[in-house]
Amino acid sequence: MDFTLKIWRQENATAKGSQQEYKVKDISSDTSFLEMLDALNQQLVEKGEDVISFDNDCREGVCGTCSLYINGEAHGPKKLVTTCQLYMRSFTDGQTIYIEPFRANAFPVIKDLVVDRSALDRIQQAGGYTSFNTGSAPEANAMPIAKEDAAAAFDAAECIGCGACVATCKNASAMLYVSAKVSQFAYLPQGKVEAAERVLNMVAQMDTEGFGNCTNTGACEVECPKGISIKNIARMNREFMCASLTSE
Amino acid sequence: MTKLDSKIPEGTIDRKWENYKSHSNLVNPSNRRKLDVIIVGTGLAGGAAAATLGEAGYNVKAFYFQDSPRRAHSIAAQGGINASKNYQNDNDSDYRLFYDTVKGGDYRAREENVYRLAELSGNIIDQCVAQGVPFAREYGGTLANRSFGGAQVSRTFYASGATGQQLLLGAYSSMNRQIKAGKVKSYNRHEMIDVVVVDGKARGIITRDLVTGKIERFGAHAVVIATGGYANVYYLSTNAMACNATAAWKTYKKGAYFANPCFCQIHPTCIPVSGELQSKLTLMSESLRNDGRIWVPKNIEDVKAIREGKLKPTQISEENRDYYLERRYPAFGNLVPRDVASRAAKERCDAGYGVNKTGFAVYLDFQDAINRLGDKTIRERYGNLFDMYENITGDNPYYTPMMIYPASHYSMGGIWVDYETMTTIPGLYAIGEANFSDHGANRLGASSLMQCLCDGYFVLPATISNYLANDIHTGPINTNTPEFEKAEIDANNLIKKLFDIKGTKSVDYFHKKLGLLMWDKVGLSRNEKGLNEAIAEIKTIRENFWKDVKVTGKADQMNNELEKAIRVADFLELAELIAIDALNRNESCGAHFREESQTEENEAKRNDNDYKYVSAWQYTGEGNQPTLHKEELTFNAIELKQRNYK
Repeated sequence: MDFTLKIWRQENATAKGSQQEYKVKDISSDTSFLEMLDALNQQLVEKGEDVISFDNDCREGVCGTCSLYINGEAHGPKKLVTTCQLYMRSFTDGQTIYIEPFRANAFPVIKDLVVDRSALDRIQQAGGYTSFNTGSAPEANAMPIAKEDAAAAFDAAECIGCGACVATCKNASAMLYVSAKVSQFAYLPQGKVEAAERVLNMVAQMDTEGFGNCTNTGACEVECPKGISIKNIARMNREFMCASLTSE
Repeated sequence: MTKLDSKIPEGTIDRKWENYKSHSNLVNPSNRRKLDVIIVGTGLAGGAAAATLGEAGYNVKAFYFQDSPRRAHSIAAQGGINASKNYQNDNDSDYRLFYDTVKGGDYRAREENVYRLAELSGNIIDQCVAQGVPFAREYGGTLANRSFGGAQVSRTFYASGATGQQLLLGAYSSMNRQIKAGKVKSYNRHEMIDVVVVDGKARGIITRDLVTGKIERFGAHAVVIATGGYANVYYLSTNAMACNATAAWKTYKKGAYFANPCFCQIHPTCIPVSGELQSKLTLMSESLRNDGRIWVPKNIEDVKAIREGKLKPTQISEENRDYYLERRYPAFGNLVPRDVASRAAKERCDAGYGVNKTGFAVYLDFQDAINRLGDKTIRERYGNLFDMYENITGDNPYYTPMMIYPASHYSMGGIWVDYETMTTIPGLYAIGEANFSDHGANRLGASSLMQCLCDGYFVLPATISNYLANDIHTGPINTNTPEFEKAEIDANNLIKKLFDIKGTKSVDYFHKKLGLLMWDKVGLSRNEKGLNEAIAEIKTIRENFWKDVKVTGKADQMNNELEKAIRVADFLELAELIAIDALNRNESCGAHFREESQTEENEAKRNDNDYKYVSAWQYTGEGNQPTLHKEELTFNAIELKQRNYK
């Protein structure tokens, strides 16, 4: 298969970026999207040019490192997969593909397609934990948890922190991401003790980082590679309301 | 030759850890804030250690090349984590977990370390549950377990097929809490380029900021290496793209011994290579072998027809299929350990029976299980894996057998450490996959997560105080010393040297070449002739790399090619040590199969008389043969037996 690629190039955070055109030829349909970009980078090296920077690591859809806005969709056209799990058989021979970074105020571009998502880490640091020191934990079975609660907590905890929800949201809101963590703890007895403080601190940090507000368009859920449900946002709103009313 | 002192405490095996903790030196809480610890790598081992040392009151600096600590490759572990809780009332115990792990490792692990691992395993689960890790549960609300290879009890805790992810996010959350508390300072997109040794002690590291390219010095009273394994030396592996051996290798070159480098696990059930551009191999969980049957056609004509697309596997009748594992190992069948299953697949493919275009694939067939149990049950058990397989290959495993082939997966070998997880450089520690101590020559499923968290949450925090107690009057480590100066200059020179070559071939060209050679001659099956050739050929590839590699871009900005070049330069040296170690160990044990050492039935034959030791290699300078130090293994709590799966 042959493709024309229009790729965002930007030397660093302050430089002006632009769309550049590249061609790749003879790509097998079993090649992954990132391997196709590897092939392009090999061409660039051969020509002595700087390679296109793009974040990636595990290439099996779980580390959350890869990103990319492909033809106007976060992680490309296929649903419920990350870019690294996208294969060229999802495209047609001769197609033009637009590749851009995840864009949001809170995700400044570092270089080319790489953005700085450390704002997401700072939200977790604000409250995405339980305060047990190592060694102080009670016996694991001392606290029974209903099977369905554990399963619901797991579904929320599956979030890989890639930021697709932010990139796809017209408001660049991080509500789905934050609510996944808040929900996980809301389902579990371990999370109850610090529930109020957690949701207030995480939401405050989300606002500080410059993420937008949620207007319930639901785009985040559609583009989430892990299928995190927007029901989590409803749950977080409830947690937030309760916490706001009861806090000093 | 210096004698290796593994510092095993006194007492019977079940009292050693208790004895150690009762007599080791402590640092009082008010002194801990005067002490700095550098941790390199924030996967399960490093993340857990950073959190725990922060809680204890030390000043932790955590470095990782990823953009977030949550991205470390621990996250990709699927199956589960072992612990001897005996929740299933099936006579599990610390001793039984210890026994299975030592036996699974083919008696090349250090007995005392493994016992401690088993002893602490239960507490790991307690800790993770308290963090909110959503493990699978029974209807009564208690924790669920499943069985895994190499054990007769159910002791594996799991969170669907994403156990590694959930455990890592647990460690990450605890680390985040300490970042907020100001006890852990986190440095993302920083890669360790060197370790700095001052007056014989590890006192800091040199890093490259992967965003700005800046080379920086960081000092600390102790340095912990938690940077994982080196399976990427084979180029194609189940590891993440950026997993590398640079940090570990640089400590070797500064005096830390490297142990058992030839013990590399090749996992039997991975999706085969499909084309030239392949960059990694995806693992399909070992659990699939519970219901899948592995086979290749009996007749070579059928193989040919399949490769040409004239015949489908489903059209081959039962009597024309060779279920070779069931044929060779009737007692264990498709459930033989990883090393045995991998070698058997290679044997069939080398004989010409591989079933895909490249000739390197065998079938993993679920038709019998689907007929017996129905679609629905199979979907419940393996649905996510089947979906993943279909997404990658375009084939639906409900209708046509999966194709699988072995791939490089895990390194049992690593930096030599004593009972305290300290290396041969005082003040330098290695934990998790980066060290060598607990898995012997073969790691069992669900044991790597256990070992990483055990080292990070419990072992290192308890042993590091024994060393740091002597440093309470040292004061902050000064990085304006000739040792730091030299290490920084060396790092800058390395980068300059790479850019100055201006050759004609990309970094990947050399890495792929190395990978093919390693797979061919230092892979599943090894012999003296092949290993000697490999050693010579690795040298040639390395020389060509330094003459002809082409690194584009700039040093003072993000540069993925430069990052790769630095890592591959080290793989090219480590590869030679792997081959040297494999050549030295003329026995077959665990993942290491020497063709010279097999039974009449072509099964692995261990040689306890000559090789019941850990090979610890000492660096002796560029171009020199490394020196071998032997740590004799003694087994007091366990009787040595030859493994048999017939």
